[in-house]
Amino acid sequence: MTINWMEFTPIESFSGGLLIGLAAAIFILFHGRIMGVSGIIGGLLRSSKDDRSWRLSFLAGLILAPIIAKFTGLAPAIRIEQSMIWLVLAGLLVGFGTSLGSGCTSGHGVCGIARLSPRSITATIIFMGFAMLTVWLMNKFQAGA
Amino acid sequence: MMMKRISEFLVGLIFGFGLLISGMTDPAKVIGFLNVTGAWDPSLAFVMGGAVLLSFFAFRLSRNWTSSLLGRVIIPSDFKYIDMKLILGSALFGIGWGLSGFCPGPAIASLASGELKSFIFVAAMIVGMGLETLSQRVRQAA
Repeated sequence: MTINWMEFTPIESFSGGLLIGLAAAIFILFHGRIMGVSGIIGGLLRSSKDDRSWRLSFLAGLILAPIIAKFTGLAPAIRIEQSMIWLVLAGLLVGFGTSLGSGCTSGHGVCGIARLSPRSITATIIFMGFAMLTVWLMNKFQAGA
Repeated sequence: MMMKRISEFLVGLIFGFGLLISGMTDPAKVIGFLNVTGAWDPSLAFVMGGAVLLSFFAFRLSRNWTSSLLGRVIIPSDFKYIDMKLILGSALFGIGWGLSGFCPGPAIASLASGELKSFIFVAAMIVGMGLETLSQRVRQAA
């Protein structure tokens, strides 16, 4: 293992993390809800009309943030290097997997770990482990091809 | 009601800015973090650290609450239950995350870039969620 110092942004990443934590804190304290994005989106597919409005309010804020950043010229680059076919496969896996496992990086990885939930800690170890393994395999395959 | 909607919108906004500033919305950076055996970028561990640190106190404080500050009843969720659905689902999600560098929150935020690839990913993700929901219904009906 070598550290990629060129890409390393501890201060920005920690500050952003604090904002994510703040959002999760407001959500549980004021709204009594866990801020899990896959659950918020997934709920749109099955919920009643009354249950939809809070989900859409949250998602509207989430989409507006980068739009504001774009207009103020502060938006960081989004580098998507994969080809379409891989993105379709990855999207299906992310959607199916987070629905089956009842959570993603925000719900299990942030809120669940902050609540010291054994269920979420297990989920996070598994999805991080498989993600690291997948990247390792992709690199190996690309180096060999 | 309106106040709640505005507050939820603001939570989404704060979360979105958090994702942007932290680097989570850049799939190449996320893959750099997952690339532990190569040239590793540990930044995203700091994202998780900051996020868990702050929200930990909020969850601690509200641990025994029966309703939130805005009066919503808090339904205690079972946080110990571990089953095959959790394990298999998390494994599949991990593979998809590793392949793309996208997890659900950043994928939604990346739609603002207007990139076709973001839309394709989010569409596939919603189809994946729909397929899983559908398969659950089929299993329940059987």
